[in-house]
Amino acid sequence: MVREFTAHELWFLVLAVRWTIALSAIAFVAGGACGLVVALSRVSRSGVLAGMATAYIKVVQGTPLLMQLYLVYFGSTLLRLGSDAWTAAALGLALYASAFLGEIWRGCIQAVPRAQWEAARALGLGYPSQLRFIILPQASRIALPPTVGFLVQLVKGTSLASIIGFTELTRAAAVVNNATFRPLMVYTAVAGLYFILCWPLSLLSEHLERRLERAGASPVSFQI
Amino acid sequence: MDYVFQFGVVWREIDALLLGGWLTLRLSALAMVFGLVVGVAGALAKASRHQTLRALARAYVEAIRNTPFLVQVLLVYLGLPSIGIRLKPDQAALLAMVINLGAYTTEIVRAGIKAVPPGQIQAGTALGLSRWQLFRFVVCLPALRAVFPALGSQFILVMLASSVVSVISAEELTAVADTIVARNFRSFEVYLIVTGLYLAMCLAFQAAFAAIHRALFARWSG
Repeated sequence: MVREFTAHELWFLVLAVRWTIALSAIAFVAGGACGLVVALSRVSRSGVLAGMATAYIKVVQGTPLLMQLYLVYFGSTLLRLGSDAWTAAALGLALYASAFLGEIWRGCIQAVPRAQWEAARALGLGYPSQLRFIILPQASRIALPPTVGFLVQLVKGTSLASIIGFTELTRAAAVVNNATFRPLMVYTAVAGLYFILCWPLSLLSEHLERRLERAGASPVSFQI
Repeated sequence: MDYVFQFGVVWREIDALLLGGWLTLRLSALAMVFGLVVGVAGALAKASRHQTLRALARAYVEAIRNTPFLVQVLLVYLGLPSIGIRLKPDQAALLAMVINLGAYTTEIVRAGIKAVPPGQIQAGTALGLSRWQLFRFVVCLPALRAVFPALGSQFILVMLASSVVSVISAEELTAVADTIVARNFRSFEVYLIVTGLYLAMCLAFQAAFAAIHRALFARWSG
């Protein structure tokens, strides 16, 4: 039986947005925590640590997100961690986010003038205190616009979780499409829902960047 | 872990995988060429004197940049037949890639045009050059030079993103990998090698673009 594409089907899609948001949020929080570690390793004085972080960023940025999700998904099955699409999608997207956020935040930390480090040292602060009280507060101000911009990439990236079987917005679209056979309508609606999620973030990122420019700081731009 | 890795069965398929890599390169290169054309048109539209044209270009760029590539691919492949446009998977993949890339290159090219010092454009106008001549002789080369690195990384991003078109079975590396996995069930081994291939292609292109950039623009200092 072919169902019509009605308000009911549209509501099903709207409800699926919460899984897209939940997955984005988890990936962002977990990826952000790891990303901070990656960024700090990248600027650390230890050559080995910096090298490892650089290699990590290069590998993640140099391979498709879909492959990363496949490897985490099939890899966790091999490790007998179960083949749960939720975990695999969250873990894969967190890895992806950690590399990109790590690279973005590295740029922001390095954009803080060297004299700030020297002044902090001259005040007798230890390395953790230098970061905590002097460097990171200044870096985070520069980091805000590109971080919000990356959030857009992350939300869009969650659509790939549908390929490994996690039911978020794009997979819900496939479900509705299989029942209604109205692909143009279904996928246009889905594109619209993603747009409603992403566009405000894009505008916010641009707004923050302009405000930073007006404040006299040269924004750090990133190619994502 | 009692899983035994079997890379042997995968190495036997290396010819097919390398062919897949070549298909990915061809698809990305085609998308890049057409996408650049769309991008230049889009950037010109955004700089146009007609308000409608500017608004249209902006709507296109915002719509594409704020929706996932996967949804764009599905919309082109599954959605377009509803209005009578039936495309083969390869054609749909290429079209979706060009549409997607066009939006990003519009912004890149626009940034390049903005990078041309206004004084040079004023000088060109003072010499009585037409808008086309101004673009051709004054704006084009310095703009290209300014955007070359961004275009290079965009090309690599497209190559990586193209793995997504395997969902509509377009011919490229990931789709080839899917076929092999369906035959020998060695999913982890196959995708690990394929990931390595993507990484190798990415690094090779980064090196190639850096070399081309040096060769093309080294004689211009500054």
